[in-house]
Order: sequence, then structure tokens, then C-alpha cells
Amino acid sequence: MDMSGEYRIPAPREVVWKALNDPDVLRRSIPGCEEVVAKSADELEATVSAAVGPVKARFKGKVKLMDLNPPVSYRLVGEGSGGPAGFAKGEAAVRLAQDGDFTVLSFDAKAQIGGKLAQIGSRLIDGTARKMADEFFSRFCEIAAGARAAEVQAVKPAAAAAAAGGGGGLSPLVWVGGLIVAGLVVLGLLLAYG
Amino acid sequence: MANTEGMGASPRRKEDQRFLIGKGRYVDDIDVPHQAYGYFVRSPYAHAKILGVDIAAAAAMPGVIRILTGADVVADKLGGLICGWMIHSKDGSPMKAPPHPILAHDKVRYAGDHVALVVAETKAQAKDAGEAVVVDYEELPAVVNLATAQSAGAAQIHSEVPRNTSFEWELGDKAGTEAALAKSARVITFDLINNRLVPNPMEPRAALGVYDAGTDSFTLYTTSQNPHVARLVLSAFVGIAPEHKLRVVAPDVGGGFGSKIFIYAEETACLWASKKVGRPVKWTCERGEAFLCDAHGRDHRSHAELGMDENGRFTALKVKTVANMGAYLSTFASAVPTYLSVPLLAGQYATPVIYAEVDAVFTNTAPVDAYRGAGRPEATFLLERIVDIAADETGIDPAELRRRNFITTFPYQTPVALQYDVGDYNASMDKALEIADYAGFPARKAEAAKRGKLRGIGLSAYIEACGVAPSKLAGQLGAGVGLYESAQVRFNPTGNVQVFTGCHSHGQGHETTYAQIISEVLGVPIDAVEVVHGDTSSVQFGMGTYGSRSGSVGGSAARKAAEKIVEKAKKIVAFRFECAAGDIEFDDGVFTVAGTDKKMSIQEVAFAAYVPHNYPLDELEPGLNESAFYDPLNFTYPAGTHICELEVDPDTGVTTIVNWTAVDDFGRLINPMIVHGQVHGGIAQGIGQALLEGCIYDEESGQLLTGSFMDYCMPRADDLPSYKVDFTETACSHNPLGVKGCGEAGAIASPPAVINALCDAIGCRDITMPATPEKVWRAVQAKRRPLAAE
Repeated sequence: MDMSGEYRIPAPREVVWKALNDPDVLRRSIPGCEEVVAKSADELEATVSAAVGPVKARFKGKVKLMDLNPPVSYRLVGEGSGGPAGFAKGEAAVRLAQDGDFTVLSFDAKAQIGGKLAQIGSRLIDGTARKMADEFFSRFCEIAAGARAAEVQAVKPAAAAAAAGGGGGLSPLVWVGGLIVAGLVVLGLLLAYG
Repeated sequence: MANTEGMGASPRRKEDQRFLIGKGRYVDDIDVPHQAYGYFVRSPYAHAKILGVDIAAAAAMPGVIRILTGADVVADKLGGLICGWMIHSKDGSPMKAPPHPILAHDKVRYAGDHVALVVAETKAQAKDAGEAVVVDYEELPAVVNLATAQSAGAAQIHSEVPRNTSFEWELGDKAGTEAALAKSARVITFDLINNRLVPNPMEPRAALGVYDAGTDSFTLYTTSQNPHVARLVLSAFVGIAPEHKLRVVAPDVGGGFGSKIFIYAEETACLWASKKVGRPVKWTCERGEAFLCDAHGRDHRSHAELGMDENGRFTALKVKTVANMGAYLSTFASAVPTYLSVPLLAGQYATPVIYAEVDAVFTNTAPVDAYRGAGRPEATFLLERIVDIAADETGIDPAELRRRNFITTFPYQTPVALQYDVGDYNASMDKALEIADYAGFPARKAEAAKRGKLRGIGLSAYIEACGVAPSKLAGQLGAGVGLYESAQVRFNPTGNVQVFTGCHSHGQGHETTYAQIISEVLGVPIDAVEVVHGDTSSVQFGMGTYGSRSGSVGGSAARKAAEKIVEKAKKIVAFRFECAAGDIEFDDGVFTVAGTDKKMSIQEVAFAAYVPHNYPLDELEPGLNESAFYDPLNFTYPAGTHICELEVDPDTGVTTIVNWTAVDDFGRLINPMIVHGQVHGGIAQGIGQALLEGCIYDEESGQLLTGSFMDYCMPRADDLPSYKVDFTETACSHNPLGVKGCGEAGAIASPPAVINALCDAIGCRDITMPATPEKVWRAVQAKRRPLAAE
């Protein structure tokens, strides 16, 4: 699964970069995030619990920051286990560009899922993951923008291309899988900034 | 008096009574006291090292009795699963058959590979604990793509198998074929993929292993097409117990299609666990698990070259196939792309020279083995497609091109090992063309065009080799077993009959057809005949049901045993009437002494046989109970022509099959109604392969993407037409029934007929299976675009 997105944040690049380094900002931005722990300068662990309808799942993920080039870009490589539902791993390249008094955040993310997630939910996971990525960025941008939150623009929201895949009748596993993947991608993005 | 229930009659299926009222007895219906439940922990990775398995937390969970891992298998020195057919490479080296452990120990090799067995008081507890088993994996690159699996850069799945290649095999005259191709007026080339399929029998696999400490013996209730072969493998190779301490029962089984021939890890592990745990262990496969771990079918990539002279006569055929074996060699996997496929490349045609090479390649996917047709659909698809392409490229009508090349004299020795005994390919094609109104097709096409539909017609003139035989030849070709069948016919004192067969019925209707064979020979009503199968403790021995062998081989054994009954009965009658056995005549259940009015019904003889108060025991033994082993002299060669007529909606790419004509030569028919059913089911599966079904693994990660019915499309009634099924008959020359196999023919004949019709409708050279609406739509657009540009 590949996804990408672009957001305009009304804050200087350094501020955005710093926010991405703040585990507390990350925790508040990740939907369902219970905990973000910096294990080292370039390694984070997070626990995210997510629920859709009646299904609730908790997953643990680890993200490593690579190719750090503050405050311009980095790459995040993450891996998470959803226990019986399988696993997910992902990679995201994040770039920050200054544009006047705005910062343009863009990302390209790639995720792979395995086990029951892949077997049952592969074609339905994209939409869920994009929706969660969007939710993360909306919250993050608001926090980073502070008083100017109203000026945040989603230039290319991650979810725009992914309206499909919803609807009733999806098995719980699909939802759980989607959440895990979404969580990982989001987590990866957060960590990258961290 | 004519027998209305014998060969050729269509009485209703005796077994249907219990199926229709819900009284079938399948493995999952069987419960035994103190039974526990098993759950398998499976690898989420396609290829990974197992660094450790931590069962501590899981073992402490409620209801958990024991958790077994690969380490336990090693400690118990349990043998692995085997592949029963030895293939030798071109260079004479034996195929590489790496170990296939009951539970993975050092490595997992496909997503779904079994790592641990959790045994608990309930199914839910076993499953919960299974989810708490922590396996530490180190992921390795997965080998998925058949086209690159043999390259130097691909990961190596088994340390002892370089280039992931189990064997490189050949059959036929290479030099002669290449020389003939070089001299041919025209050479048609064709590259194709025979798509991978998931078998999906209605009943998933299940096992119940029971150990009796009192007698130190085991019973395995299992979904098997061949319980005696299962017992043989479990006893001789896995080493669970000697045969006299091991009973294998395959009760009612809800469809197999080949996938229940094989000896799998799960059934084996349940049996083994029952002794280790001291409790019976039951496992019922879930549908999602079945997708992951039932042996899949097909999955060949081939390149073919067909030479032709200036008159459209085939001069030579050369084929190179790469066959996907999956992660391990399953029970008959090596035979499928080789001896079960390549000998069929002659088809119905007198092609003078044929040469084929087959590479068998490991990938990080579920094992691949026989699936309805097993090798023969692959060969037939290749041949009937390339013949149609040849017709298109030469401008010769597809029916006419086939006729020009038909074999017309029998017996016929093909250049690829088989000797066809009888056949009349023109007869089946003539009849099919007539029923399908082939001549009227252009008018129907024009009418469809007015409605905006693209109409196409496609032929498939197939041949099949059924009932692998004889044992002598099979052994020479590498089979680890003989391929005879056994039967025992036992009259009980009051005149009813039990027939014990080593074949197994899981949809084929043997309880009816075998009774008809017995009725034909012994003149008893079929209701007085019980067919017993599927239990090693009641049936003497047998090789099971697969490869359309049960009628021709198992049925012939039953007939042979019944004929021995008649001979024995004549001795009893002769004793009773004080005449010579040679003077006794037998017809429709009644013995008469020639030239007299003395007679005895076979029921009276049966009673007399068991009440031997005055027998001369040194000359005449009591009882009326005979057994026979029948080893066929040759394969049987059913053949025929199927014609598919379909319409494509160019706007949506949706294909609708509008007419289907099947004319098959199965020799004599035992029960035409059942044969019709077999043909219907086979065509449905073939249409499924052609239009709907395709098993897809992610090329990079090796994850199964089509792992449920949401993503794997099975044919449904509304995808299928009403078939026109008819027959021609050339009786098989070498079995006493004159029958040929009919179980797989539909699945063999149909895929090329569909794709030939589609290519005809669209006007394209090829379209890959499954020809989904998306592919069809793209093919239609590709044809339209250049026209639009003009």
C-alpha cells in the first residue's frame, strides 16, 4: 500500500520540526495513542489502541528515524505487531519546505501487512489507513499551528483518494487490520518528526 | 429379463437419502469422550527463520492441556511428510525432496506454515492460547515469482536445493522435435500461464486423532480420499504406529477434488498429539486456514512451439514448463506437471514428434499438488489454445484444423509414452458441432452485434488419461505405490451383499454405481447391496479415489470379485443338484442346470453357502465371500469435444456464457445421470478457472492476498449456463466394464473452450485466465483504439 499527502501549516519550519520531536505532541495527535516513549534519540515506541464499531485492538509499534536532515527531511522505518491479526511494517519519507510563513509538510509512505491482515483485509485497508493518517495530520497541524490553527490547509489529504472500501459488512479483522496499518503509518510519521 | 438397475440405468443415488435429510456423518460430526481441541499457530511470514518459540504465557492460559512445537517433533524423531513419486532430472539425478516437517522447526517457508499445535479443552481456549504463543521470527526475502525463482539473486528456500529447483525433467525426442520444427512451413509460438487455484471443497479438512492406551493403538478420523494410503504413509514414513495398530477412517467427505488425497501435517499432528496428550485431539480447518494451507492447484508457466506443414498438419510440438511446487513437495506434486501432464500433449492429434521439458520450482507459497485433472488440464489448455491460435494464423476453421490432425487409427502410440486403445474423435466432434449448431454461429454473431454484444465460439477437443496404470509402468516411471484396486464381495446368509472397496466416495456416487455393477453381475437389486468404503479396519486395502480411477479400476475389481462369487456359487449349486459345475448356467440372479428345470436363486445359494451341514469340506468351503485385486493394463482415454459460446458486453467486460455443448466418449456408462453430474461439476470448475478464480500472492512479501471468498471468486449458479451434455461411445478395450474415467473431463475440456471463445469474440490472440471483466474490457479497448484512430 502506498500513500502520500501534503499539508500547509501556518508555522515556521523549525516550529513544526520541534513539534514532531515532542513525544507529547505526537501522543496527542495519534488517534488512540496511549503512550509514546523515546527509547533513544532516533527510536520511539508507541502503544496505540483503536476502535471501530465494536472492535477494539491495541498494538505496539517501534519506529526508527533515518537519514535525519533537520529541519528539512528524514525517513521513518517502523514495524508493529497486532498479535493474532498479523503484522505491519512501513516506511515514510517526510519533507518540510518553508513557504513564506507557512511550512509545507509532504510525505510518501509505504506499508506492508502480513498474516490475517493481508489474507482477509488487503483490499480494504487502504481507505482506513488513509483516513487515520488524515486524522493524525489534522490534529498535528492544529497543535503545531497554535493560535493560527484555522489557517491549516490540507493540500492533498491522504484520504482524498480513498473514499472506497467503507460500507457495512466488513469483518472485524478488516477493521482491526486497517487500524493497525493506519496506526503504524501515523506512528512512523510522528516518529520521523521526532 | 432385463436388469433395470444394472449398467446403463440411472437409478437415484442411494447415498442422497442421508445427505438430503442431514444425516451424513462427516469427521466434524464425530465426537468421542474426553475429546480435546487442537489449534495450529501459523506463520504470518512467507519466509523467516524461527529464532525461538515462547509458549510459557500461552501454556498458562485457561483450558490449555499442552502446546507442541517443532522441537517436540524433533525430540520424538517423527518422520516428515513425503512425496510419493520419484522424478529424475535430465542428468539422471533424483529430484530434490527436502524435509517437510510436521511442525516447522528452524524455518517457516510460506505464510500459513504450521509452527505449533495448541491442545485445549475447548476450541476457543485453544485459539486464545494460540494467539498468545510468541514466535520470534527473523524475516527473510520471499521467493514468489515463478519467472525469477530460479535466478541467482533469488533467496534459497531449502539449503539443499540450489536455484530452488527440485528437478529438471524431460520427455520425448528433443533432436527430432527441433529438426522437425526447423523444417516446418510455419511455427506457432505461445507463452501462457495456467493460473493458480485454491481447491475449496465444500467441507474443509478435519481430523480427530484417538489413542487407546489399553491396546496401544491409534484411530484417525480424517477427510481423506484414500485412507489406506494415509495409513501407509503414517505408518511407514512418519512412524506413528505399525498398520495393525493404526486405523484410518474417512467417513462421509464433502468433496475433495484432489486436495484430500494428500497426507498433511495437521491430520498427522493431531494423531501424534493424541498419545502425547493422552486425550483425543480434534481439529477442524477454518475456511481461512484452508485457503492458506490446502494444497493449491495448477500454477504453470509454459512456452510452446507448434510446427505445421503447408497443409496445416502438425509436424512437431516443443514445450518448456516451469511448475510451481510451493514451499514443499506435497504427496503427488512431482507427478502432476510431469507424467500426468506431458503425455497428454499429443491430445487427439497425430503430431509425429513431441518434446517437453519441465522444471519444478520451490517458492514461498503453499504446496501445489493435484487438483481436479492434475496436469491434464494444464496440457490440454496449452494444446487447445495453441491449436486455436494456429487456426487463426492460418485462416483454417478451428474445427477443420483439428479434424485434419485427428488420430483415426487405434491403437495409437503417441510420441509421449501413451498408447491410446480406442477412440473416435470425429464422432464426438461431429455430434458436438451439430448440437451446438456450429454452422449457424455467424448468424447468431451478427444478431448479437445488433444488440451491441461481441459473440464468440470456442472449441476444445480434449483427451484425458485416467486410472494411472499399469502398476508395472507406474513403478518404472517413479511411483512409490502400485495402482491396482481391491474389492471384496460378501454375500450374507439371507441374500444381501456387501461390497468392500479401497476407493473412496466423496461425491462420486460409488454407493450407487458399485451397487449397479454388482446388480448387473449377480442379478440382485441395488437396494440389497451395501457399499463399504473409507475404513481401513473393514476394507482389505486400496489406493483410493483420484485421477478418475474409481469406475475403471475400482469398479473392475468389484466386477472381478462378483464374477468369482458366481463361480463359487456354481460349485454350490452343482453340489446341491449333483451335477458338474460346467453344466450350471447363470442369468439375472438365477442358476439353472442346463437342459433341466432345476434352478436356484442366488439368494438361496447364499443361504446354502452358510449352512453347510453336509458339505464335502475338502472340496467345497462354506461361505460366499470373494475378493479380487484388479491391476489395469493401460490408462483409459476418455475424449470428446466441448463447445463454448459466449457474449461479451464491450462496455463492462462482462462475459456471459450462452451455450455449452459437451460431447464426451466415456466408453460404457454405469449411471448416465451420475455421469451427467460429473460433467456438470467439472465444467463449472473449468469455467471458474477460466473466468473467475485466481490465487494471488503478493510478489514482494509472499502474503496470500486472495485468502477469502471476498477476494477469491468461486463460480455460482448464475455464472453458469445450462449445459447440453451428450455422449459417444467407444468401449474401453481393456477393462471388463468397458468404462473410462469421467470425473475430471469437464474441468479438463472447459478452460480452453472458454478462452478460445473469448478470443474469438474479442478478436484478440490471447487473454490470461482468469479472464475477469477488467481484463476482458481492457482487451476490448485495445482492439478498439486503433480503429478509433483511423
